[in-house]
Amino acid sequence: MNRESDQVILIRAGTVDDIPRGEGRCFTVQDRRIAIFHLEDGSIRAVDQDCPHRGGPLSDGLVGKDSVICPLHGWRIDLETGAVVGQEEKRVKTYPVKVEQGEILLELGL
Amino acid sequence: MNHERLIVIGNGMAGVATIEEIVKKPCPPAITVFGGESHVNYNRILLSDVLACAKTADEIYLNTRQWYEDHGIELHLGVFVTGIDLEKKQVITQSGELYGFDKLLIATGSAPFIPPMKGVDKKGVFTFRNLEDTEAMIRWASRYHRAVIIGGGLLGLEAARGLTNRGMVVTVVHLMGHLMEQQLDVAAGAILKAEIEKLGIGVQLTCTVKEILGDGKVEAVRLSTGELIEADLVLITAGIRPNVKLAKEAGLAVNRGIQVGYHMQTSHPDVFAVGECIEHRGRTYGLVAPIMEQARVAADAIAGKRGLIYGGSIPAVTLKVAGIRLASIGAIQQDGAECEEITYADPGAAIYNKVILREKRVVGAILLGEVQDGPRLLEWVRKGTDVSPFRVSLLSIGNGSRLPSHPAAEMGDSDVVCGCMGVTKGAVVEAIKTHELTSREGVSEKTRACTSCKGCGPLIDQLLQDVLGEAYVAAPKTAYLCTCARMTAQALRQAIHEGQLKSYTAVKESGCIGDCGVCKPGVSFLVSEIWPMDHTDERHARFINDRVHANIQKDGTFSVVPRIHGGVTSPQQLRRIADVAERYNVRMVKITGSQRIDLLGVKKEDLPAIWADLDMPSGHAYAKAVRAVKTCVGLDFCRFGVGDSTALGIEMEERFEGLYTPHKVKLSVSGCPRNCAESYVKDIGIVAIEGGWEAYVGGAAGMNVRKGDLLCRVETADEALDAATRFLQYYRENGEYMERTYDFVPRIGIETIRRVLFDQASGEPDRLLERFYEAKSAVVDPWKKEGRSPVHKRQFKDLGVLIEKL
Repeated sequence: MNRESDQVILIRAGTVDDIPRGEGRCFTVQDRRIAIFHLEDGSIRAVDQDCPHRGGPLSDGLVGKDSVICPLHGWRIDLETGAVVGQEEKRVKTYPVKVEQGEILLELGL
Repeated sequence: MNHERLIVIGNGMAGVATIEEIVKKPCPPAITVFGGESHVNYNRILLSDVLACAKTADEIYLNTRQWYEDHGIELHLGVFVTGIDLEKKQVITQSGELYGFDKLLIATGSAPFIPPMKGVDKKGVFTFRNLEDTEAMIRWASRYHRAVIIGGGLLGLEAARGLTNRGMVVTVVHLMGHLMEQQLDVAAGAILKAEIEKLGIGVQLTCTVKEILGDGKVEAVRLSTGELIEADLVLITAGIRPNVKLAKEAGLAVNRGIQVGYHMQTSHPDVFAVGECIEHRGRTYGLVAPIMEQARVAADAIAGKRGLIYGGSIPAVTLKVAGIRLASIGAIQQDGAECEEITYADPGAAIYNKVILREKRVVGAILLGEVQDGPRLLEWVRKGTDVSPFRVSLLSIGNGSRLPSHPAAEMGDSDVVCGCMGVTKGAVVEAIKTHELTSREGVSEKTRACTSCKGCGPLIDQLLQDVLGEAYVAAPKTAYLCTCARMTAQALRQAIHEGQLKSYTAVKESGCIGDCGVCKPGVSFLVSEIWPMDHTDERHARFINDRVHANIQKDGTFSVVPRIHGGVTSPQQLRRIADVAERYNVRMVKITGSQRIDLLGVKKEDLPAIWADLDMPSGHAYAKAVRAVKTCVGLDFCRFGVGDSTALGIEMEERFEGLYTPHKVKLSVSGCPRNCAESYVKDIGIVAIEGGWEAYVGGAAGMNVRKGDLLCRVETADEALDAATRFLQYYRENGEYMERTYDFVPRIGIETIRRVLFDQASGEPDRLLERFYEAKSAVVDPWKKEGRSPVHKRQFKDLGVLIEKL
């Protein structure tokens, strides 16, 4: 969990049905783009949208069990830790998510 | 069509190699072949492998009967030509039949030389020229125990290995003072003898067999030394003599061989000769590489061109004798004091490398045990390079110096090995060491190197070799779709078929694959190809391009390419495209290499609307599917056109559009052999020729450049289209995912492909067409279908945008 401060707000990013299972969609809040994924097992993950390699749209990638493959050049991002598989020093930010009554609640640290 | 008739006497490797070159040309003559053997053309060199149990007879055939039929070649097997009448331009066969010719090619090969000795007519005495000899020897060897081989040259030693593998005790008797004196010097010959003897093969040098003894069948041989060796089998491999009787009796110029000039032409202008029967500038040839060179020149000359010249071949042979690698290049006999030798000799390790120089140039080399310098040395001999600046590094063995062919070693740590991903040598080497990697895949996983164009593959292999040394074993090519797949792609296909697995999830749940995500598109393709009518399509298992039916660009926007069949458009169509481009503020309108138009910079959410406005079918420019059919104008307008290439191209694109394939398929149709549509370098390329069409497959002109193989030559456009259809379906059913046809065709072999696609009796050609149409019936244009009704409310839309201050 990446908490920059103690202040955390929850944002409604849509419903679970908004994201086809096994796919991701992008959510934009102010100047941040966040990729939200609906995994095979029904759980939701959220990471920065932009791939650390050349900024590819992670939400459009192929989703594995716990990772996503960037559609531009095939970099694999672990959706638990946000780390690039094989080059763990490169990573994207992860965001905690809650699902309440089908609604996706994204935690943003301020 | 060319109305000349060419008769070829001899159906062996030389004759058929020449025919293969001839039929590649436009307007080849009608060809009739007479072969004394009852077999179609096979690789004579591999007879040794058949004898040694390393190959079966079936595996060495080079051309099938179907091949002769496909090329309209009249083949007479088991028929000897007994006479040539040069005045009447006729040949006469053993049964008295006469055949007329315009041009004649003599490829009668050579016969084994039998040294003078008594008892050659006993049962159990063999020579080693053809398949019948080989099969007879194999039968004899299965009944008996001891063999004597007369002649310790290349063929004799290979036969010794073969008979030893069959359980015989073998002794080689050789006239000269060391083995393989044509290729080796005394020192190398001695090393070879020691290695041969280690295999349990006896070697007797500087002697001959004077008499073969036995009552009806071989029982022993008497040597020139007086010694008696017991034997049940005697094999004579003491050299060959060109078969010149036919030519000589016809009045052609004959010396040791049939004399030919620079164009493989004999003393008669319409008669040519190739192979072991010829003599060129005083030399005869008994190796296979010269045959191929001669075949190309002869084919040209027979076609009336004089472009190519045969100047003789540099003798160069690379082989394994009794498990030892050997390369012998050029003139290995030293003549005169002007020759110098540079030698590396390690008899204990059975290694011997020698370079022979004359006047600063390499003229010959003997490499025994280690042959890696062979190609370089051959090039230097060929080019006559002045090697004095680098005398010291002519041989790499024991030298410690790096060969130019090992570039990875010469790179610095910060030099980039993988250009696509910008991975340095240092990063790769560190990854190998840190993660104890042992394969290219491992390096790719950890560093991202070699995951895009894969051009750096060989460099990565070199680095693995450098770090791991002997422990590195280049992995055999397994056909996994990804690292989590538990089986080869072929096995996976079978499992999907037998297990009735009709969706990606079904395959995953069956345990055949893991869940890395990488193989989703490949598995989806397999499932949809095997079960076109009743598979479940899972969108999440499609690559983004196939989820939104457009090509993702580097900035996340998309490119839209509507179908323009055969590259033929209309003013109305262009106007509509222009209107749409303006309405959606498309950033660039580009004419593509496949003769269509690309609209670039389109936002994902605008895609459905843009297609609805275009109202044209999808060009599938984003998919592993059939792309476009390029055409050049042809008979319609072009003054050189011999076929209606645009009509065929449009029909072909309409037939094939929407079909998915193991990798993209690019096609074209040209109106004549000038080939303005570049059909020789397409996955499927059709060329109109005088009187018909040719179809080529497996070509490419992208990252790899490959000329397609000729699939067939047919009379009508319909036949050409059907042939292409069967090939496409065959590729869909048998190609590995991500395997382009330029890898698929050489992997399967064009001969096999032809056999499968055209052998009507097997039922396969019809079945392929049936399966194709079944797959085609399941095709729905995605733009039309999903433009109107997306499969998911957010197929093209992202989640919300929140811009208010928090």
